[in-house]
Amino acid sequence: MGIKQSFFLAVKSLLTSKVRAVLTMLGIIIGVAAVIVIISLGDGMTKMMNDQFESMGANLIQVQVWDFGSSRSVSPEDMYEVMERNPKYLKAVTPYVSVGSMSVHSEEETFTPKSIMGGSEDYASIQNITLERGRFLQYIDVLRQQKVCVIGSYINKEYYDGDALGKTLGLGGYNYTIVGVLTESAESRKGTDDDQIIIPYTNAMYLSGNRVQGYLFTGASKETATISRSILENRLLKIFGDDDYYMVVTSAEMLDMMNTMMGTMMTVLVAIAAISLLVGGIGIMNIMLVSVSERTREIGIRKSLGAKRKDIRGQFIIEAGTTSAIGGVIGIGLGLLMANGAGALIGSMDGADGFTAVPSVSAIAVAFGVSVGVGIVFGYLPANKAAKLNPIDALRYE
Amino acid sequence: MEHLIEFQSVYKIYQMGDTQVRALDGVDMTIDPGEFVAIVGQSGSGKSTAMNIIGCLDVPSTGVYKLGGVDVSTMDDDQQAVIRNKMLGFIFQQYNLIPKLNVLENVELPLLYAGVPERERRERALRALDRVGLAGKSKNRPNQLSGGQQQRVSIARALAGDPSVILADEPTGALDSRTGREVLHFLKQLHEEGNTVVLITHDNSIAVKAERIVRLQDGKIIYDGDAHDPQAVVQPHLDDEDEEVTA
Repeated sequence: MGIKQSFFLAVKSLLTSKVRAVLTMLGIIIGVAAVIVIISLGDGMTKMMNDQFESMGANLIQVQVWDFGSSRSVSPEDMYEVMERNPKYLKAVTPYVSVGSMSVHSEEETFTPKSIMGGSEDYASIQNITLERGRFLQYIDVLRQQKVCVIGSYINKEYYDGDALGKTLGLGGYNYTIVGVLTESAESRKGTDDDQIIIPYTNAMYLSGNRVQGYLFTGASKETATISRSILENRLLKIFGDDDYYMVVTSAEMLDMMNTMMGTMMTVLVAIAAISLLVGGIGIMNIMLVSVSERTREIGIRKSLGAKRKDIRGQFIIEAGTTSAIGGVIGIGLGLLMANGAGALIGSMDGADGFTAVPSVSAIAVAFGVSVGVGIVFGYLPANKAAKLNPIDALRYE
Repeated sequence: MEHLIEFQSVYKIYQMGDTQVRALDGVDMTIDPGEFVAIVGQSGSGKSTAMNIIGCLDVPSTGVYKLGGVDVSTMDDDQQAVIRNKMLGFIFQQYNLIPKLNVLENVELPLLYAGVPERERRERALRALDRVGLAGKSKNRPNQLSGGQQQRVSIARALAGDPSVILADEPTGALDSRTGREVLHFLKQLHEEGNTVVLITHDNSIAVKAERIVRLQDGKIIYDGDAHDPQAVVQPHLDDEDEEVTA
């Protein structure tokens, strides 16, 4: 018996009982759709995270310092020294000084920006910050603690009518000259990165009581991230004598970690979804067993006409495989539809800009393959039962 | 000359609980190519068992059954399937057509299992349908045909594979007498064309259409000879034991 013939026969018998066919396939449809949705959304999530890391700077290395309880502390000079000694691994550094919530004055108003940050002249390049107009802080500003600042686009628009360059900003008793305006990054809304002020870290340290929260480095590459981290850790350990006071995090390693975590999470979710594939397979087996006993007489006729066991087995396995394959195709279609819908919905939510479902061809191929496989595996038992029927009994069956 | 069908002390014994049922109780019989034989007997006589063994649907408990000179009594399921496919054409009382398939597909089935290529399959099936006068109904479903037509389709199916033996099991049992006669006439015609036909029936009036009658009772052959001999249609006594007592 040809595969083609069996296939058409299977399609025909599915079409003759549509409701039963759909119910039989339902488990497979749901299972495959769930797998497709999970993988598409998961891949979308991973892609979004990767993009965000990329935009933050994939080679970013953060050093956080908690030196409250320690008699020692790390100074910007220490960190600059480390960088200069390891030019192969560390390309740029900026201290990272958050002044905290503080009122400032424009020429007419008093307001509290989201943040006032102190950084070096490399702060912009390390943080991937660009300027809309003006210039960023310079080495000389940092060195001489010049009273200059760069402001976000929100502050520029809200308090300076979009014309802040060259004007002054009152901060901590000094008048700072606005030398640059940052490129808009969050539609110039309050409380976002567009609502920040960046000043030389030397000034910021003065405002925050000489406290430096941390340092940001640009590493040489993703591959050397681990080496860069250990260089910094060694130096910090030497200073503090205890690794409780600092932490070094590299974007590359963090990204790796998050990707691993996502991978684990996806595996668990897909495994759960796969349970419904299993249930679907059992459903197919159940219906195939019913079908075999309903068609006992047909099996008897076929055997009396010369069908071998493998012919009968093949017929039923192909029928089961076809059923689950069609279920798989429907499931893939449904899954893609749902994934795109959910992707668009999530993408429209706050903080998930740029999120879209990423349906992968390999996921679709695997889902299809698995659904066919499920049909064949679970079709085997009923098919074998049919193949082993005694032709006399089968012919006599009413 | 080689016998086409040969039974050598064939026994078929079923164990029914504590009692043994001897469906065939030492049957010796041969059928030669080109014969038209009716195997007759009442229900329980063993004729269905004989037909199952001839049809390679069953094997003897002991004894040898040779079909075309080959011992098929020790063959397994699949080997028997090949023999059925190549050598036997079945005509059943209930027609046994597959309702989902159209007439042509039904007739093609034995050729399909013989591995005949699609085009040749179609041609041979159509030729077989033509012989029974139903080529025009090839696209119909079996349930769109009358009983007589369905039986003719099953005859076409039996013919399609060019079998050595045409095995007809009560072929008129489900038909009215007129269409029954047509079917018998057709079997006779097949015999005249040189086919070997084995007819299984309980009905003497049908059996006499054959040339030779083999009468079975309680698993034994009680008559084997010319169908036109008056002895052939003598209804045996059912209660032998009473006879023995009175004798």
